[in-house]
Amino acid sequence: MKILICISNVPDTTTKIRFVDDNTKFDVNGVQWIINPWDELALTRALELKEASGGAIEKVTVITVGPKSVEPTIRKALAIGADDAIRVDAETEDAYEVANLIAEAVKDMGYDIIISGIESSDYNGSAVGGMVAEFLELPSVSAVSSLNIEDGNVVIKREIDGGSEIVTTPVPFVAIVQKGIAIEPRIPSMRGIMMARKKPLNVVEPAAASPMTEYVNYELPPAKAACKIIDAENVKELVTLLHTEAKVI
Amino acid sequence: MSVLIYTENWDGKFKKLSFELVSYAREIAKILGTGTVALSIGNVDDEELKKLALYGADKILKVEDDRVKNLDNSVYTSIIAQAVEKEDANVIVLAHNNVGKAIAPRLSVRLKAALASGVTALPSSTDPFIVKKKVFTGKAFANVKLNSDKKVLTLAQNSFGISEGAGKGEIETFSPELADGYFTTEVKDVTKVTGKVLLTDAEIVVSGGRGMKGPENWGPIEELAGLLGAATACSRPVSDEGWRPHSEHTGQTGKIIAPNLYIAAGISGAIQHLAGVSSSKVIVAINTDKDAPIFEAADYGIVGDAMKVLPAMVEAVKELKADG
Repeated sequence: MKILICISNVPDTTTKIRFVDDNTKFDVNGVQWIINPWDELALTRALELKEASGGAIEKVTVITVGPKSVEPTIRKALAIGADDAIRVDAETEDAYEVANLIAEAVKDMGYDIIISGIESSDYNGSAVGGMVAEFLELPSVSAVSSLNIEDGNVVIKREIDGGSEIVTTPVPFVAIVQKGIAIEPRIPSMRGIMMARKKPLNVVEPAAASPMTEYVNYELPPAKAACKIIDAENVKELVTLLHTEAKVI
Repeated sequence: MSVLIYTENWDGKFKKLSFELVSYAREIAKILGTGTVALSIGNVDDEELKKLALYGADKILKVEDDRVKNLDNSVYTSIIAQAVEKEDANVIVLAHNNVGKAIAPRLSVRLKAALASGVTALPSSTDPFIVKKKVFTGKAFANVKLNSDKKVLTLAQNSFGISEGAGKGEIETFSPELADGYFTTEVKDVTKVTGKVLLTDAEIVVSGGRGMKGPENWGPIEELAGLLGAATACSRPVSDEGWRPHSEHTGQTGKIIAPNLYIAAGISGAIQHLAGVSSSKVIVAINTDKDAPIFEAADYGIVGDAMKVLPAMVEAVKELKADG
């Protein structure tokens, strides 16, 4: 069995978001890049499954679409423990294009489980996993908070409003995972970092694909009015204000 | 031409969210000079379906096939795609929730339609079609141009609001073709929390952070939530410590919420937490540190110990309710 994790290179979640060029471009100045948090959890879970599989899972691969500048993020995934990596060498505009390129790159590679994070923390599209599944005509299960393999069968917990369901699906399939899939992401060890340098990072040429959308420009949320501070001895006033002024209770 | 809405149901009932979607679609249809079609999958009685007309559904397609009561992403995609073709829909609206996020990307590829996820407003122009969506987890918005004939939109919850505007409300049974081999997801077991207000539905949320000191101090949060008909939530450290379940974690990597009122008790307001709650209409912060970033995001604040302030709030709310 082989597992593929789609990873996205995103700004660190503490990044102060700014735009340049008349608000048409995200300001990458001084930005630290990380593996998209959900993708990192997905990778962690895949490695746990592989280790527990007694050899049944022979390989965990990570794939990303991006220029050479995303390679530190891929190397980090290899340092965490992925066996090899694929980088589709392209600058992309949207999730449609990314998913199309990933699907074309892996369609004949025989991955049994393809995992994608529920969204990327930058464009919040929640789209790549589902789109890859549709391009490859594979089943997909979303909002996955637990993924197990029992007697060779995939058993999944997926979140629904106010609860969860245990579901099964045949392989190959695409799992779109969220919080809970792994508790803490793995941190690369020194040995992992050394080994990552020797692991295969295959750069592939992009297939023909085009985006469907175009980001015209960006806006920051309107500035909030100053916070109205109420004395801690006068909690009643707060409740009155919420009732009469804000009208929310 | 038409605007098609996928209106999910919960045990045969619609929610505020369903009506928000229909309200939104109705306004798009108005701009485009066309009608709306609501698509319902699973067993919903006609009386419930009729409610969609109050918000502007002109036609209501119902799919009642026992095989489709559980979500199967491929199957639902196929049903919606067939409805799109039948109704010649060129804009398809879904919720930006677990189900919408599961189907919309597949639908986009199936229909060769551009997708904008988490949209927050009506399109600012329809030719070209430009719509505003959340990016960077609510830290910014982007105006996105959709370059295809058909467009798929997922609407961020509580961003547009509900407004009435009658539609024709003609109910029609729709029987899409679904081969048995198409079903892949099998539901083995379901666990549901009952008797609690769901975090994603809640109009009011009372949330606790590390400043609450320990799980044994959650009493006032639960009590205040009970009085206000609110859901309870928490910050990431609280769920990581196991004080509260992960399902309550709000923030960048947890749940993203947009209630009318968010009460943050003992939460300092890390940037990742704010990302998940900043779309709330009104934010109340209670924290001992007057320099905590939560006060920059808040509308009302009390500098003080949440463990003392919350019980006082409980009393004040009781008084307010007593005064009617």
